[in-house]
Amino acid sequence: MSPLQTPSQTVGPFFKPALIRSGNESLVTSNSRGERITIEGRILDGDAAGISDAMIELWQANADGRYDHPDDLQEKLIDPEFHGFGRAATDELGRFRFHTIKPGSATGPGNLLHAPHINVSIFARGLLKRLVTRIYFPGEQLNATDPVLNTVAPGRRSTLIARIENADQPGILRFDIVLQGENETVFFDV
Amino acid sequence: MNSPNGYRRESSGGHPPYDNPAYASTHKRAPRNAPVRLEHTLSEITGPRFAGDLPAPGEDDLTHFDGGEALGERIIVTGRVLDEDGRAIPHTVIEIWQANAAGRYAHAEDRHEAPLDPYFAGIGRVITDTQGAYRFMTVKPGAYPWRNHHNAWRPNHIHFSLFGPSFATRLITQMYFPGDPLLDLDPIFNSVPDRSARERLIAKFDIEVTIPEYALGYRFDFVIRGREATPTPG
Ligand SMILES: [Fe+2]
Repeated sequence: MSPLQTPSQTVGPFFKPALIRSGNESLVTSNSRGERITIEGRILDGDAAGISDAMIELWQANADGRYDHPDDLQEKLIDPEFHGFGRAATDELGRFRFHTIKPGSATGPGNLLHAPHINVSIFARGLLKRLVTRIYFPGEQLNATDPVLNTVAPGRRSTLIARIENADQPGILRFDIVLQGENETVFFDV
Repeated sequence: MNSPNGYRRESSGGHPPYDNPAYASTHKRAPRNAPVRLEHTLSEITGPRFAGDLPAPGEDDLTHFDGGEALGERIIVTGRVLDEDGRAIPHTVIEIWQANAAGRYAHAEDRHEAPLDPYFAGIGRVITDTQGAYRFMTVKPGAYPWRNHHNAWRPNHIHFSLFGPSFATRLITQMYFPGDPLLDLDPIFNSVPDRSARERLIAKFDIEVTIPEYALGYRFDFVIRGREATPTPG
């Protein structure tokens, strides 16, 4: 008989000493290829209160759109200075911040170019399994044809697109994650 | 370009729903909209590996810390990481955290009035070998109260975080101990709908793993999602 999946359980409130290491919120070294960006935001609950005990993980392609993984068969360059994984906890106000690069476009089946995006996992007390969402980029032409973005109801797509809050600082992107209620972020069943 | 196959989905009844009336912290945190099903793309079939940041010697022994030895009942926990086809998952990192023998976490936010143990941090890491096997030593964690409802107590448990080969296989879970009377009363354990799935979260005592005169042995396997038999569509 084949073994059966181990069920998910909540990360609980006490994970930080085990899972959070200073520096993991930065995905880049000084030699990573690509355009530097900062992603910052808050995680909010159904009362619009910040969640202070959440963990966020990012997984993304490098500047050429290549994932650092053997199952990515695209003929694109690996960047030895960029592995694409980051992790951070929220602070007492529910804020998080990552330093990374803007990913390139990955090529899907049929040579369809996917819009640049960052894959996000969210864990917290009260979440019995992780939530998954994606961060897309504002003003990207490929957003219009991205196969995942197009499965989302048009009225909710904006929850997946980061914002530039200050035109003088286009490298700082804002992405709030609303777990519940009005403007609830779109989450994916992967 | 052809992509490798995607991963199988969550087994139905085998995982908790987000919204669980008995677990108060879900009330304001569970999304109201159903998640949007996403066909697996390169983003989901690839995933992080722990390049350059692998567990160091000693991270598999939680019983020694800061020059001293932790109080409590020493235990060995061992098992394998497998996928649904029974394939071993080698070289995957497992992160471990738990309360001390008195039921207290070495964490600033844990206000339970049970003693801290200066020689127990409750944190470990291991990596599976080529057969998908892992093993670590710790002390059995104590039960602890929480404020979910009147007289609420968490059963003895150890927290685990593992990645597997892809973004799709990411898993955070908890392992419980056989015969614990608190299991039937625990909303988190009982959030898994199927009884047989819940029971997969309970380790098995194993006299063969037990070290004479030293530590009790428990077996616990992790089973992560297997691959789809056919290639992912668009
Ligand atoms: Fe716990």
